Amino acid sequence: MWKWLHPYANPEITYHFTGKLTPWFTWLSIILLAIGLTWALLFAPADYQQGESFRIFYIHVPAAILSMSIYVGMAIAAFSGLVWQLKLADASAAALAPVGAVFTAIALITGAAWGKPMWGTWWIWDARLTSELILLFLYLGVIALHNAFEDKALAGKAAGILAIVGVINIPIIKYSVEWWNTLHQGATVSKFGKPAMSADMYWPFLFCFFGFAFFVAAVTCLRFKTEILSRNSMRPWVKALVKEEIK
Amino acid sequence: MMSINIPSYRQAFMLMLKRDLTIALRHKDDIFNPLLFFIIVVTLFPLGIGPEASTLSRIAPGIIWVAALLATLLSLDRLFKADFADGSLEQMMLIPQPLFIIVLAKIIAHWLITGLPLIFIAPVLAVLLHLNENSYGALMITLLIGTPVLSFIGAIGVALTVGIKKGGVLLSLIVLPLYIPVLIFATSAIDTAAMNLPYSGQVAIIGALFFTSFTLAPFAVSAALKVSTN
Amino acid sequence: MQFSSFAEFIDMGGYGFYVWLSFGMATLLLVLLVMNSLVSNKQVKQRIAKQQARQEKLKRAAKQQAQLSQSS
Repeated sequence: MWKWLHPYANPEITYHFTGKLTPWFTWLSIILLAIGLTWALLFAPADYQQGESFRIFYIHVPAAILSMSIYVGMAIAAFSGLVWQLKLADASAAALAPVGAVFTAIALITGAAWGKPMWGTWWIWDARLTSELILLFLYLGVIALHNAFEDKALAGKAAGILAIVGVINIPIIKYSVEWWNTLHQGATVSKFGKPAMSADMYWPFLFCFFGFAFFVAAVTCLRFKTEILSRNSMRPWVKALVKEEIK
Repeated sequence: MMSINIPSYRQAFMLMLKRDLTIALRHKDDIFNPLLFFIIVVTLFPLGIGPEASTLSRIAPGIIWVAALLATLLSLDRLFKADFADGSLEQMMLIPQPLFIIVLAKIIAHWLITGLPLIFIAPVLAVLLHLNENSYGALMITLLIGTPVLSFIGAIGVALTVGIKKGGVLLSLIVLPLYIPVLIFATSAIDTAAMNLPYSGQVAIIGALFFTSFTLAPFAVSAALKVSTN
Repeated sequence: MQFSSFAEFIDMGGYGFYVWLSFGMATLLLVLLVMNSLVSNKQVKQRIAKQQARQEKLKRAAKQQAQLSQSS
């Protein structure tokens, strides 16, 4: 397996490989999101309790799931970057952080907009919303730390360490917030638990979820390419490539 | 080995601890300023919220703990900054003992200088805030186990930002979210104690956080220092 | 199709504001993210191109200088 993976430690090969993947991800994302969102907005049935406001679910839940998985993905990338000294892994972690932050923000905003009609208030210190907010802080910390360094290779390493520390903390934070939440407000929120989904709700959800997932992949590929270029700006292949693109 | 006498791990640890404590005792304002900050922040709350004893005693644990978080955060800067500025940090990283030992000594010295005084002054502030009488024990215990956790986690943030010129605000942005579990369990232990219920569960969790950060944080700090001094 | 008219679709059973707020904000944020990614990609390439141009200029200047000093 290592032999097979080895060429991808070369920035040039990875750059071109990523470049080949990007259009696939982009088109898959556009198609899946077009189908999924149309289905979700027009054809999916309204929830019997929450009515049409349930349509927010098709953005909120994929965004929330992705926001957490991106953080874990970022931490795994950072960890492999730290252990095996892979510069490209650091670059991919740096590419993932802003994408994750945006999805966390979307999950928060849609959560608030969903909460207003359901709970009667924009914000509620619900365990899931609170841990999502803290996740946003963690993302912003990683991004801020990354921006604070002039040297991008150092920035990647420092932000990577923070991402790993954060990922160790996430379960603790999540657990503590959940525990804090049950302590302070009892079971008032539980009626807003997972609704039993029927098949005609499940399919549009899957389309939306994978549409957003491929969106993440496409944007990450683009940002990853940018990171590779900016970290290898003195290499001949980068110079040739830039010369060709900017005439 | 040649005749050079390499100190054992314990000797290196004690040497580092003694050095940091001596330096801190020479700059007394390093000890007193965060303490003063802690006291002032706590006195601001009754002025902002109103002097009713019932309200104050309800929010006292939160105020004291949040103020302790902020005071620790304020004092964190001096953990590595001076040593980084005059280059002695890089020298320390060259000594044959693992960096883990040095880092551990520095963090413990930092806690002795800034964390311990907070614990002594906290009961006085608790009186000002009309903290429930049953809660004093819990307040002391949570501060005793909790503030080292703050120093350990904070050290990671300082180590990451020590090379950056405007690291102060960034440091709080990085470190404060990581402090949340300590805050939650500590205040809840104090609240539980006020209701005369056993709070050993919360204390046990803070203890777990303490040992986790005690064992893991120095590794993260060492890795971060290697990045920062690059 | 769940809605019989366009107005009904916009109204979303009374939840129109919240539903469209969510979808609108999500779209806005995603568009901003894509734009930021595209712009930063372009900026990096331009920066590298500029750097390169400057280096070539320096090289040429050095060569000229060398030629001048040789000829004199």
